Amino acid sequence: MRLERREHRPLLLLIGAPIAAIVAALALSGILIAIAGAPVFDAYRRILIGAFGSRLSATETLTRATPLILTGLAAAVAFRARLWNIGAEGQFYLGAIAVAAFGSKLLADLPGPILIPLLLVIGAIAGMALILVPLWLRLRFSVDEVVTSLLMNFIAVLFVSMLIDGVLKDPLAFGWPQSQPVADHATLPKLIARSRLHIGLAIAIVLAVVVYLVQSRTVFGLQSRAAGLNPQGALFMGVPLGRTLVKVACLSGGLAGLAGAIEVMGIKGYVTTDLSPGYGYAGIVVAMLANLNPIGVVLAALFTAIMFVGADGMSRSLGIPTYIADVTVALALLTMLVALFFTQFRIRR
Amino acid sequence: MTTPVLDIIGVSKRFGDTLANDGISMSLGKGEIVALLGENGAGKTTLMSILFGHYVPDDGQIRIDGEELPPGKPRAAIGAGVGMVHQHFSLASNLTVLENVMTGTEQLWKLWSATQQARRKLVRIAERFGLKVDPDARLGDLSVGEQQRVEILKALYNDARILILDEPTAVLTNIEAERLFATLKDMARQGLSLIFISHKLDEVMATAHRIVVLRGGKVVAERKASESNKAELAELMVGRRVMRPVREPSTPGAVVLEVRDLGVRIGGVERLKDIGFALREGEVLGIIGVSGNGQVPLARVLSGTLARTSGELLLYGEAVGHLSVGDVVDAGIGRVPEDRNGEGVIGEMSIWENAVLERLPAYSHNGLVDRKAGMAFARSIIDAFDVRGGTPASRTRLLSGGNMQKLILGRNLSHRPRILIAAQPARGLDEGAVAAVHTRILEARKAGTAVLLISEDLDEVISLADRIQAIVGGRLSPPLDAGRVDARRLGLMMSGDWSHVAEAAHAP
Repeated sequence: MRLERREHRPLLLLIGAPIAAIVAALALSGILIAIAGAPVFDAYRRILIGAFGSRLSATETLTRATPLILTGLAAAVAFRARLWNIGAEGQFYLGAIAVAAFGSKLLADLPGPILIPLLLVIGAIAGMALILVPLWLRLRFSVDEVVTSLLMNFIAVLFVSMLIDGVLKDPLAFGWPQSQPVADHATLPKLIARSRLHIGLAIAIVLAVVVYLVQSRTVFGLQSRAAGLNPQGALFMGVPLGRTLVKVACLSGGLAGLAGAIEVMGIKGYVTTDLSPGYGYAGIVVAMLANLNPIGVVLAALFTAIMFVGADGMSRSLGIPTYIADVTVALALLTMLVALFFTQFRIRR
Repeated sequence: MTTPVLDIIGVSKRFGDTLANDGISMSLGKGEIVALLGENGAGKTTLMSILFGHYVPDDGQIRIDGEELPPGKPRAAIGAGVGMVHQHFSLASNLTVLENVMTGTEQLWKLWSATQQARRKLVRIAERFGLKVDPDARLGDLSVGEQQRVEILKALYNDARILILDEPTAVLTNIEAERLFATLKDMARQGLSLIFISHKLDEVMATAHRIVVLRGGKVVAERKASESNKAELAELMVGRRVMRPVREPSTPGAVVLEVRDLGVRIGGVERLKDIGFALREGEVLGIIGVSGNGQVPLARVLSGTLARTSGELLLYGEAVGHLSVGDVVDAGIGRVPEDRNGEGVIGEMSIWENAVLERLPAYSHNGLVDRKAGMAFARSIIDAFDVRGGTPASRTRLLSGGNMQKLILGRNLSHRPRILIAAQPARGLDEGAVAAVHTRILEARKAGTAVLLISEDLDEVISLADRIQAIVGGRLSPPLDAGRVDARRLGLMMSGDWSHVAEAAHAP
């Protein structure tokens, strides 16, 4: 038995493989649900009800998908250029705290229509600033950014923790370590009234399309893909490797920082150290699930959000631990990697 | 007549739509060297992979000493005495020679390995066949030629009686190749049977007893080396008469590129020193030399991917500073890199993207890539340069080496460059593609392009170049007119003895 590269990839295969992967993941976690003693199909039905069964749950699922789209895009653009940014979590927090710092006092006097875009940009810039540290280390000293960008996460979260227990601490929070809230007129408008769903979702989807167009249509997109696929060849054909990587890093870090900013301005209004249940890391999973395709990221983020929100509902009614959602998403990642592998190779005897 | 140790009977193998092997039969006698000659894609490697058990044939069988070999079992093949020397070595560079040779020969659950015994056996084999190599050297520290020796030793260590070598000279220098062939002949005299795969006519004629020619998956001819000649073999291999183009006399024009006292240091090591040459319109200047003598940094400096440390560069008569890739391309310098797959193209990107990547400013507006123009340009290259096996949108990796090289030449020559820097342009290509590449280079010369041809292939340089300089240890010899060239002189030049060149250059 041996593997052969596929020279032609039929369209049906490219569409069918991800669907087969999701089905396989659901089937595999179905075994676990059965072991836990619950009816499998009923459990999945309840996941769907939990995710879409009511106006509240549907908007909640979409709210949850919003930061995942953005951190997923952050990972996807970086990975495509072979820049291993594992630091989206830290960039997320830095974007969040920057918004809290500027939006609560410093710029709070500005009118909303100016303040909101400005704060979003500030959040993005904060994310960019954080990723530039590992990038500089890589370009200057060839330090592996996997390690440095990962470690920056802990520094960033501890830094945020220090701020919200210090200079940015909210005096009205009964001693809880949380930041001062952003001004009311700096919160993002709701997409649907009487829900938590805000225009962050629209921003995220628009950005996914923008990233897609940038990657497929622009000189920068072409060059960053070349740099990722074959740096040696890219250099020979005049791609400025360093500059391209800086741009990619800024885009990636900016998207992650923006995710943090939007989460603060859209939902909570203030920063705590549990603002993100691992959105930065989940973004990596989302990006891989989407095979680094920006449009795929939207779908993958939606799938992940459905599993997490829906599993809460299922857990309440069937008494199965919500961890089943983690397992399913993890399995989906594995089956997706296998499926993508088989879109590129076939087994031959 | 020798008794056949190996019989391949009616072997066929199909991959998708292509019939890679179509009813191939051949035999190998004891103490015989058979060359399997054929162009890239003729089915040579597939056949040998079937023999070694990597592939299962759709039809046919393989007999060793009259016994059928079970298909698809490399272990059985090794057990029957078949040894394979791969083109890309299957060795671990972090292990020593001895460890590499022993790998796979011992059972996994043995508590200790019989190192001493293995060492004695290895030394004995090495002495017997004159394959000198230090058993304790780390493989990564060895030269490519020595690594190949280890690969051969590994096969012999497994008691191979039939040795298969897949394009053994593809990675070797001329001197190393000659040494290898002497070794192979000695092995045959000692009773081993050898098959070597090749598409180089010279080495096939010089080494093999018998030559089997493969084309399109079929055996098209079988000849005794003593009863054939290069021209016949070339025709059999390609299927039509192949004529390498002939250089017509010309009068070179003005100097377009001049280099004076150029030096390059990388990491404190002097890679180029006092390099000087002048390149004129409508001429081909050949730079010969054994690989690793500074060809790579020289090509890179002129291609814009490496900055020089010292020296002057005059482009069209004007002194210029460091040139970036963009500057070089804008200045009308075409570039054909030595490493086609590594530098020349990005295999996973489409043909049109590879066609425009080095000229993005010309194929974009306001940062947006002009896909339509790029596709049209790729289409024009494919048509004009006869690039087969792909459309503008298909992945470049799917092209064969020859077609990839035509694409690279095409994207340069379509823009009528004033200077062409071509590094090893025909390396690893089959006979038909070599002729196509040479024709294009001579056409460019005729159109007035100044060509700098950096090559290790003496035949190539002799047939294309008007003047020849040798690069030795990062220094460049004085030029020698092609009219005064003979093999002895070139040999002396490449060894660093330039006394006769200086004389010849100054002779009236």
